[in-house]
Amino acid sequence: MNKYLERLYNGIVRENPTFILMLGMCPTLAVSTRAINGIGMGLSSMAVLILSNLVISLLRKLIPDQVRLPAYIVVVASLVTVTELLMEAYLPSLYESLGIYIPLIVVNCIILGRAEAYANKHTPLLSVMDGLGMGLGFTLALTLVSVIRELVGNGTFFGMQVLPESIEPMAIFVQPPGAFLVLAVIIAVMNAIGIKSRQRKLVESGCDGQCAGCAMACDKKEKEASAR
Amino acid sequence: MKAMILLIVSGALINNVVLNQFLGICSFLGVSKQMKASISLGGAVIFVITIASAVTSLLYDHVLAPLELDFMKTIVFILVIAALVQVVEMFLKKKSPSMYKALGIYLPLITTNCAVLGVALTNVQNGYDFYQSVLSGFGTALGFTIAIVLLASIRSRIREEDIPAPLRGAPIVMISAALMSIAFLGFSGLSF
Repeated sequence: MNKYLERLYNGIVRENPTFILMLGMCPTLAVSTRAINGIGMGLSSMAVLILSNLVISLLRKLIPDQVRLPAYIVVVASLVTVTELLMEAYLPSLYESLGIYIPLIVVNCIILGRAEAYANKHTPLLSVMDGLGMGLGFTLALTLVSVIRELVGNGTFFGMQVLPESIEPMAIFVQPPGAFLVLAVIIAVMNAIGIKSRQRKLVESGCDGQCAGCAMACDKKEKEASAR
Repeated sequence: MKAMILLIVSGALINNVVLNQFLGICSFLGVSKQMKASISLGGAVIFVITIASAVTSLLYDHVLAPLELDFMKTIVFILVIAALVQVVEMFLKKKSPSMYKALGIYLPLITTNCAVLGVALTNVQNGYDFYQSVLSGFGTALGFTIAIVLLASIRSRIREEDIPAPLRGAPIVMISAALMSIAFLGFSGLSF
């Protein structure tokens, strides 16, 4: 497989940020009440991720090592502000429903994690593909979670009534507990299928869902992978 | 007085930052493996969020708002928080090495805890003044600490149970969190 397509596969399947690396949990759980919100959040994070990977990869020889984290944060925060203003202007209803979670893309660990683990070591084109892959993986995961939550909790699919009126929707699924429950079940199903045997290992060692720790853990994982 | 208590209680219990707003989930799931670490992190978060709410509120009211630089708030806040965590770290290292040691790695990790930026932005959004910001920041951080310590104690019991294989690791923790979240929904019935 060529190395650009490999990046896409890596982001969507092998290192899916939500289900396998367990990064960016906050937006995944918070905005997944309706499918359209999930997709909106996924796509806006993806846009920021691709651009931040591109910018950081272009600047990788200019940014001194000691101040790289603040530099990345400034790059990401600027991109997020641009995204926020664009959404406010052109997608006001989505902007309303995502609310505070749009500026919080800044602290989404997927973005800083990829900057630290990938974009500062690779060429711009590869980094863009990495951002695209990770962004797609994140968007697909968010869409899956939010479609399930909307269907079970509200009886609708992208706002269209799907379940017959006679079936009472289980409102708990669009409330906070439902988010944890749906994600737990999805991950458990994946474990059961056994595709994701690596995931348990990851959760117990390196990454462990800790935002800032993820960069380190990803580094470690890459080293392990290359040693293999 | 009543308004003050209400702010803290609503931050800590009714709108629990972790179980209701999903901020700071990463450290909530990651650190709660150990009881001691959870308590240390909780302490550090209370400290940082309270100071961060105070500083960002002052900065917004006296610098950003008069200059009409409202759209810069995300960038300014995240930089302030990063710098603040650094300062707190240096200060503790010098003045209270024992506390610095106890907090360890969790102190620098707080920068990327979305609860801190989340509280700062929510305060601005709700139009809180200085005192309200500090109180709601304190209440929110208290809520974070309560949630993470509770989850840590649940997890220490789970460890001894025989969990079905697919649920081991992350899923069972999330199911516990879901049950906690249901319990915390009960607080929304609280009214003053």
